[in-house]
Amino acid sequence: MTLQDVLLSVVGLVAVAGGLAVVTTKQLVRAGLWLVVALGAVAVEFLLLGAEFAAWVQVLIYVGAVVVLLLFAVMLTRAPIGRSTDLDRPALPAALVGAASGLGLSALFIAVFGQFRVAPPAVGTAERIGDAVFSDWVLPFEVLSILLLAALVGAIVLSRPSAPPADALADAVAPGSSR
Amino acid sequence: MIRPVIPLVTAALLFGIGAYGVLRRRNAVLVLMSVELMLNAVNLILVTGDTLRERVTGQVFALFVIVIAAAEVGVGLALVLRLFRLRQDINTDQVALDDEPRAAAPSEEPALALDGEQA
Repeated sequence: MTLQDVLLSVVGLVAVAGGLAVVTTKQLVRAGLWLVVALGAVAVEFLLLGAEFAAWVQVLIYVGAVVVLLLFAVMLTRAPIGRSTDLDRPALPAALVGAASGLGLSALFIAVFGQFRVAPPAVGTAERIGDAVFSDWVLPFEVLSILLLAALVGAIVLSRPSAPPADALADAVAPGSSR
Repeated sequence: MIRPVIPLVTAALLFGIGAYGVLRRRNAVLVLMSVELMLNAVNLILVTGDTLRERVTGQVFALFVIVIAAAEVGVGLALVLRLFRLRQDINTDQVALDDEPRAAAPSEEPALALDGEQA
């Protein structure tokens, strides 16, 4: 075990513990804060694996934007501060599926990659990623920008306040015919 | 030398936890949080794959996944807020696809149809 192995293990344990807290806590706001712990630990793993750019994007977009959005949603849906009683379904089917996928994948990875040793990766700069994005992956990159635009428009349409009912609208329109 | 199996097993466990959360939680926002855990597990596997092959393709795909996750959360939360406005509740077990909205929001049903026509 080298120093990097130890660090990867410790940070991995933090990530798994944070994830477990997200799916078991009874308090909605705390679930969001535990999510910060789990996502931050994954960002540190990215750093240890030499993916510096991906790590900072993870911190900016996940911890900075996604978690804030989720906490906004928690507040806008008037979630109770403190314990909620009816957050969970029965545990057994979920535990079966979760344990089967998690432990099964773990066993597969250990069987296949258990003996692998790789040289510690050099800390990658954004330059190599920029080269890759704008040479090999230009088309997916552009398609992604269209997807973001579509998601933006969709979110605006969905969250617009509802118009008044149709008959009221017709009453309002008919006399003045302002529309 | 590092062992790539350590981050890979971490990712597998995170994915299992996310799958558990999606199936266990009733609250729609908590389901979205669990989905984020699963997406992060996939990102971790993609980035770990780079250390085996001395390339950055995995990191590029991880960035794409992060962008798609951001878009997914935006639209998903808009849907959750819409659901809350219709039924004062975001319990996913209470959503029947064919029933009427609750009496608390009597004016919402025609407005929804109108939205579709305007859009």
